[in-house]
Amino acid sequence: MVDESEVDRFARDLAREAEAGGYHLNPDEEFTRSLVRGLLANQERYGYISCPCRLASGNREDDLDIICPCDYRDPDLSEYGACYCALYVAADVEAGARAAGPVPERRPGPAERQRQKEEQAAAGRIPGGLKYPVWRCRVCGYLCARERPPETCPICRVPRDRFERFI
Amino acid sequence: MAMQHVPGTDRGRVFLYALSTCGWCAKTKQLLTDLGVGFSYVYVDLLSGEERDQVVNEVERWNPQLSFPTLVVNETKVIVGFREDEIREAVGA
Ligand code: SF4
Repeated sequence: MVDESEVDRFARDLAREAEAGGYHLNPDEEFTRSLVRGLLANQERYGYISCPCRLASGNREDDLDIICPCDYRDPDLSEYGACYCALYVAADVEAGARAAGPVPERRPGPAERQRQKEEQAAAGRIPGGLKYPVWRCRVCGYLCARERPPETCPICRVPRDRFERFI
Repeated sequence: MAMQHVPGTDRGRVFLYALSTCGWCAKTKQLLTDLGVGFSYVYVDLLSGEERDQVVNEVERWNPQLSFPTLVVNETKVIVGFREDEIREAVGA
């Protein structure tokens, strides 16, 4: 069972971080709290805050793309004004100028994910002439050219394993 | 805690695959309850082992993306997500 004071605290932290980064939490407080409760329940079950609206496998590597904030948040905010769970919403939705519509699932299904993984593994190494590989943060799109991705994304603060090889 | 039944008006077999942590799943369950429709539901994230594999396969058969909520009415009509109008129509309420 998730402790309610813990929910309050985490909801406040998330809201503060969101605003600092130019993101917004859903102003529907009750709805947002229920999602925060779900994030904490997942933290307890899996050891990471897996998306409350998606079925986690419990294997961090397989769930990396759905650890909140997920890889799909930013494209969904741009296209639908909300993330899949509607924990995060676009500025005009937060201000009440527009209602967030239902967001279709952008994450590929299990079979397609497996196919993409194999395809990536098959794709080659550094293309000719480049001194460093380029890494891309899958959450916010930050790019950097260096031997390894940074320990923490300097823009959105997610850990190293959320980066992918871009070039 | 596997499948739960919520009693109500018989509109055929109304089955909800849901996650215990998901906001849209909660809204779907609430809508069906408010409509007074009899339905069954299962929280897939709370299952484990063979039972979970079996239910996951079932959901994938209706919805290859394996997303939630997935509502199946009379083994024919499948509604993915909290689509209020479609749900109302499918259960005839
Ligand atoms: S950003 Fe939204 S959709 Fe993505 S994991 Fe977090 S709550 Fe779920």
